[in-house]
Amino acid sequence: MELLCPAGNLPALKSAVEHGADAVYVGLKDDTNARHFAGLNFTDKKLAEAARYLHQHRRKLHVAINTFAHPDGMNRWQTAIDVAAQNGADALILADIATLEYAAKRYPQVERHLSVQASATNLQAIHFYHRHFQLSRVVLPRVLSMHQVKQLARETPVPLEVFAFGSLCIMAEGRCYLSSWLTGESPNSAGACSPAKFVRWQQTPKGMESRLNEVLIDRYAPDESAGYPTLCKGRYEVDNQLYHVLEEPTSLNTLSLLPELLRANIASVKIEGRQRSPAYVAQVAKVWRQAIDRCMASPEHYAVQEPWMQALGELSEGSQTTLGAYHRDWQ
Amino acid sequence: MKYAIGPVLWYWPTETLETFYQRAAESSADIIYLGEAVCSKRRATSFNQWMDIARMLALQGKQVVLSTLALLQSPSEVKELRRYVENGEFLLEANDMGTVNMAAERKLPFVAGPTLNVYNAQTLQLLLKEGMTRWCIPVEMSRDWLIQLLQQCDEAGVREQFEVEVLGYGHLPLALSARCFTARAENRGKDDCQTCCINYPTGRRVLSQEGQQVFVLNGIQTMSGYCYNLGNDLTGMHNWIDIVRLSPQGENTLAEVDRFRANEAGQAPLMMARGSDCNGYWRRLAGMALEGGG
Repeated sequence: MELLCPAGNLPALKSAVEHGADAVYVGLKDDTNARHFAGLNFTDKKLAEAARYLHQHRRKLHVAINTFAHPDGMNRWQTAIDVAAQNGADALILADIATLEYAAKRYPQVERHLSVQASATNLQAIHFYHRHFQLSRVVLPRVLSMHQVKQLARETPVPLEVFAFGSLCIMAEGRCYLSSWLTGESPNSAGACSPAKFVRWQQTPKGMESRLNEVLIDRYAPDESAGYPTLCKGRYEVDNQLYHVLEEPTSLNTLSLLPELLRANIASVKIEGRQRSPAYVAQVAKVWRQAIDRCMASPEHYAVQEPWMQALGELSEGSQTTLGAYHRDWQ
Repeated sequence: MKYAIGPVLWYWPTETLETFYQRAAESSADIIYLGEAVCSKRRATSFNQWMDIARMLALQGKQVVLSTLALLQSPSEVKELRRYVENGEFLLEANDMGTVNMAAERKLPFVAGPTLNVYNAQTLQLLLKEGMTRWCIPVEMSRDWLIQLLQQCDEAGVREQFEVEVLGYGHLPLALSARCFTARAENRGKDDCQTCCINYPTGRRVLSQEGQQVFVLNGIQTMSGYCYNLGNDLTGMHNWIDIVRLSPQGENTLAEVDRFRANEAGQAPLMMARGSDCNGYWRRLAGMALEGGG
């Protein structure tokens, strides 16, 4: 089972490798990937350096080019694929049919991984993409229960990758327009959810307020720490009840599912967080490396260690973690 | 321009649906989409009942399209879907690539629904090869994006091979989750949801702490807080948009078709209100924005 870690820059990539990542995934410095944030991601040169470093250490480089090509900018996506393939990417993480088609034709030798943004949640959808583009892997959206993951794993012709830890996207990825509803920009169209340029925090007599494009997402009491206004984690009212209507600020953590994921033959566990610091990546990679090694050595004796949970808890949104959709109760 | 009534995205009891479609049969709509497109737990109306309604509408001269689930997660859902795909009488709307695959394997034509990720002509060309005959654009797509995309199709020589449909009225389907938010609002999990969404025929309103209606909850689906309305944008759609879809918000949506028709050339502008209507997506703004208004 592969441990796949995120990196938004070279220091994060190196720290992922030093702490046990088998592979690292990155994006380029433009809107061709779903973490299109200022100050983040790789230029051509840095990408080549990343590939050299990873290959020296016998690790793999995955490049996410997982937004949807604009009709007036097709060459931007094609260039991203050219840059990634020509600078040593071992795999391209793709969601758009246009990019899958181009990559399969131009660089058949570079693995194609179906991005979570393609929303393949069932065997028929996997068949569709595999029939056309000969995939090496499918990244599953975070909407399937563990039972559904197992069912799919039994029948899929393509190895599966699942999200193991990090920010929890609670909607079927690639099918969520909540961000463009409020701001005009979505992960599909602009490569970011709840983009930072629309965010505003303001101290008011009623408390600290967080807004996204002027819409009030949350208001914090003096003793609460204000979080980033990701719109699906805001506090709203339904019938005069104020609560986290869609989801609390929380992170996904599947340490306890590792033996089941291993038994189900899941090829890779993915850590979310290309926007995170090298220190964060190091911490998470370290815990997951230990957990995977323990689990693979002896799945029947595997138990989640308290220090692991503590370390990951501290790195989590709102300091809480959840099994998300993997666990039916969450749904 | 033709007008379509989209599938009822809310969970309505069978009798309500039957009454609605009786009226729809008498309405001026040309095309009617029907079937459960949101949640597989909504089983009050059976496959056979949907087919009966579909046949009734077809007899009244409507073109009928069977709409299908947008989120397919379990093998049992795919199995049930097969009945719709293989119905043998009506055109199918595919809202998931899995459904596209099933239609293509059987060489059946299909409508590419608004929840498919189609953002460029290359994608449309592949879907055309798979059997697509009509495309309903994603809700977040703007007019400008669509113009460029169709220009690409023109250049590729495929523009005439499919119809273009725009969802132009109703609370917009914005997101789908494994979680049921209507059940959550009642402090229940999805496994114990008791299909409580049937109690909310137009969903549950979600307000910001300033009273702004941000979203509407519809089971596992999150919808726009405002009603999308392109009724005043129709003049700019002539000769290149084939079909405008209205998503049912209640029986009054059928009368909305007439209001749209009456305003095709801009002669009877529709009144719209800030804070409840919007047209932002089409105008390349935030979806919730309202430009112009009334």
